[in-house]
Amino acid sequence: MLTERHVGRPRSRVDGPLKVTGRAKYAADYATNGLLHAVVVTAPIAKGRIARMDTARAEAVPGVLRVFTHENRPRTAWFDRSWQDQVGPPGSPFRPLYDDRVHFALQPAALVVAEEFEVARHAAGLVGMECEAETPETDLKRAMTEAYVPPKRRSGIAPPPKPRGDEAKAFAAAPVRLREQYGIATEFHNAMEPHATTVIWKDGELIIHDKTQGAQNSQDWVCSIFGLAKSKVRVVSPFVGGAFGSGLRPGPQLFLAVMAALSLERSVKLVLHRDHHFGLMHRPETFVTVGLGATPEGKLCSVQVEAVAATSRFEDHQEVVVNWPGLLYDVENAAFDYRLAQLDTHTPSDMRAPGAPLGMFAAESALDELAAKIGICPMELRLLNHADEDRNDGKNFTSKELRAAYQVAADRFGWRHRSPEPRSMREGQELIGWGMATGVWEAQTVKMSASILLRADGTAEVRCGTADIGTGTYTILSQIAAEELGLPLPAVNTLLNDSAYPAAQVEGGSWTAASAGTAVQLCARSLKEKLLKAARGITNSPLASATMEEVRFTGGRIVLARDPSHAVTLAACFRELGEEKIEVEETATPGLLSKMRYSSYAHAAVFAEVRVDEELGQVRVTRVVNAVAAGRILNPKTARSQILGGVVFGIGQALHEEGIPDHALGRWMNHNMAEYHLPVNADVPAVEVIFVEERDALTSPIGVKGLGEIGIVGTAAAIANAIHHATGKRLRGLPMTLDKVLPR
Amino acid sequence: MTPFAFDRAGDLPAALRAGGAPGARFLAGGTNLVDLMKYGVEAPRRLVDLGPLDGLRRVEETPDGGLRIGALVTNADCAAHPLVMERAPLLASAILHGATPQLRNMATTGGNLLQRTRCYYFYDTATACNKRAPGTGCPAREGVNRIHAILGHSEHCIATHPSDMCVALAALEAVVEVEGPGGARRIPMADFHRLPDDAPERDTTLAHGEVITAVAIPPDRFGSHHTYLKLRDRLSYAFALVSVAVGVGMEGTAIREARIALGGVAHKPWRREEAEAAMRGLAPEAAGERAAAILLEGARGFSHNAFKIELARRAIGRAVRQAASGTPQHHANKVIL
Repeated sequence: MLTERHVGRPRSRVDGPLKVTGRAKYAADYATNGLLHAVVVTAPIAKGRIARMDTARAEAVPGVLRVFTHENRPRTAWFDRSWQDQVGPPGSPFRPLYDDRVHFALQPAALVVAEEFEVARHAAGLVGMECEAETPETDLKRAMTEAYVPPKRRSGIAPPPKPRGDEAKAFAAAPVRLREQYGIATEFHNAMEPHATTVIWKDGELIIHDKTQGAQNSQDWVCSIFGLAKSKVRVVSPFVGGAFGSGLRPGPQLFLAVMAALSLERSVKLVLHRDHHFGLMHRPETFVTVGLGATPEGKLCSVQVEAVAATSRFEDHQEVVVNWPGLLYDVENAAFDYRLAQLDTHTPSDMRAPGAPLGMFAAESALDELAAKIGICPMELRLLNHADEDRNDGKNFTSKELRAAYQVAADRFGWRHRSPEPRSMREGQELIGWGMATGVWEAQTVKMSASILLRADGTAEVRCGTADIGTGTYTILSQIAAEELGLPLPAVNTLLNDSAYPAAQVEGGSWTAASAGTAVQLCARSLKEKLLKAARGITNSPLASATMEEVRFTGGRIVLARDPSHAVTLAACFRELGEEKIEVEETATPGLLSKMRYSSYAHAAVFAEVRVDEELGQVRVTRVVNAVAAGRILNPKTARSQILGGVVFGIGQALHEEGIPDHALGRWMNHNMAEYHLPVNADVPAVEVIFVEERDALTSPIGVKGLGEIGIVGTAAAIANAIHHATGKRLRGLPMTLDKVLPR
Repeated sequence: MTPFAFDRAGDLPAALRAGGAPGARFLAGGTNLVDLMKYGVEAPRRLVDLGPLDGLRRVEETPDGGLRIGALVTNADCAAHPLVMERAPLLASAILHGATPQLRNMATTGGNLLQRTRCYYFYDTATACNKRAPGTGCPAREGVNRIHAILGHSEHCIATHPSDMCVALAALEAVVEVEGPGGARRIPMADFHRLPDDAPERDTTLAHGEVITAVAIPPDRFGSHHTYLKLRDRLSYAFALVSVAVGVGMEGTAIREARIALGGVAHKPWRREEAEAAMRGLAPEAAGERAAAILLEGARGFSHNAFKIELARRAIGRAVRQAASGTPQHHANKVIL
């Protein structure tokens, strides 16, 4: 029997049955005897101070144990340093209930803890606050005048590239010029699972179930703030119901629940209200100005990208916004500038492909404008300027099958049938528009450890500290282990997101598959060495002189490839070892040498069709084809789901999602899911996902680049370009709601 | 959420007795009231659950060939009822343009009539709102008002009524049947909802303790010559920016008679009999223009919602054309006819 193949095959999620039968437990699903319930009370103002806190009425409600405020909270760490985490930006992190200052709307200002949830919620409504309000600033257009280059770079975020050539001169001399500003509204993650923490307190030791993209990040943070030994705190969060970046940094719910549990010496559960999420996490509003200089034939002479992104007053959140076009396109003269402007909001959080869909909406819209101006096909323009090397960093790419992606997506879409003139395609009362754009995201790897425990009965457990936030990590890690060890997929059980598991960075950045996958492969190979050694040691072993290259692990046996009649069962190896089980742990570290020499990115070619009611401005996205070049695809089924999800995110960004602030109040007014619009089924058309063959031996040993983010990048631009093609109207601000599309 | 007493009414008289108590509210599907209680917008001292009143769960024919729809008939059942589909397809269509299947399974005819506005400020207890807390002010006027009224608003309130169902009921000239401590009364749709004036806290003319028992719909006069056209920020599950319910009677290619109401533009479904009168005898195109001119007379937008005036004008034209040609907009067809 040949080795059963798992990697590269479409496999349903191994955790699917648990999820659809409700057996998968999320952070708020845990309970214990005597569990207390906590409810957050938010400040009624966006900026100022809490002059007086009236908790007496709340505390008088039977069943209420304590109302925590800045006035009575237990002492915790004071230094910024103690509040920092693996991924936070430079600055002074927000500390809930720290003092009387209100920094942003919906800021947690009190925590009511009671025996029952309903009691806590009722009492929360009785907490009174007298505030001295100051005038908040939430208008980026105004704050932009004081934008600044962040003095301290955020770790892990590539700064704007160095300028090259003489952009100003090349732009001035370019026969065709274009310079426009594009804006992207504030967005919110809105994962289905709310942020929640359940703290199980037992004799001063804590087991914490937290909605997090990294259990160890949460553990470190809790230990640092509360001065606890790691041995006293375990974070266990096997299932996360979507996060999209909102679970990268430990959130206020974690601090507040732990504070209450330690203080009351009881177990505590805290689930944030959906509205509270709008105060605590968002993708920053960003304005991006793109200047393009080109020859009449469409060859780019110069690219200039300048962005101003919103951040809070207390941290310099930074994203990679301006770098992308200088990387994707071959241009001699380029200049980049990325600035921040402070608003009275919480610090933005990373949200699916942080930065990229903002910069790329601007750049890919500008290229579309340039193509229209010159009168050439938008795809031709991109092919003409295709960069074969990364000129931002002066490196070669590990691989870049973007040309193939354009071609296959264009073919499937039927791009050659596009009539170039805007408003030239219609059916009935709808104008039809076809647009395209490029997507790009950096393929990163980070340090991650994993372990595999293999038993004599041929079952295995894979452990890794990182998370599966719904992306399919459980499945691909099981696939890799099963394939390497020659086991059926159900024989492998993968366990994730527990601080007791091998150390791993947070799940994010599309780096998890490549990093955790490599660690699991290393573990399997290390196990195989041990097993083969044992097999060779068996008296009269049929594999006595076999080397690793000569054998295969298959069907619970080690067999000689050239003569499968020579085989040793794994059970026999275990007998020889005198063990019932063996466990190995290995660490995958990014290949620094490769990183110094090469750039690695995933790419996508996105083609979209829209139909716009000519009279009423209603937009329907009717087709999307997204061809992705992202190295090796471990599981086409879960991979496709990642891209589908990214495209749906992109549709929301293009047409619907928008935090609507009342600048006088400094408050998002649509802070609920009825009025903050996400795309629904009716808004999402047939989406075709194609994976382009791309061999990449340099990004990660398993050939993987990562897929979590690439699906969104380019989607909004493709839709904006399609709307222009349909209507002749260029919309430079997202989302493109009906009022903007409505013809005058 | 404030603690409250909970009654289950055994019959209508018992419900009226319990509902007459100060601070009492009737509970039907709860899809709006319970949300508002959780948000602290509403804090009834007593809920009187009408659930056991099966007599209010019927759709019946009236002797004149019209329909009487019980107050507790769910939106889902109403829209799927053979009599409604046959005699009041405009109502079925409007209902199916709103909310989601899950909400329509719970929401009732009576409850939908009493649906409260989706104004952001009304929902957010940290802000002022004359409708929620009379006398505190209306920040929407100077603030975020993209979804707000362009007609009939006052200096005290610029909220809109969010219902789709009610827009169709207005165009159908339905009558709301009510029982109260003072006996039964019938309120024409046109008089049921009110404009905000200086008392925006009052959405309707219903008195405290009165309960809606049914909605009566006159015999159908339009056949297939009706439509409900709804424009919104996504293609399903969003409140109307502008909607139009229209029914017309045709004589050749001209409109013999018409009924038309707008949603999403005012504190109540917006109907003007003068507009309907002006449409008589006109071809659809001209009728739409006349109707729009009269319906939108005096329309005034604020910083974010002025686009609704032009959108409404065009939507009226389109809806009149759809109705005149006997091609109603199906809720599941996202291509606007």
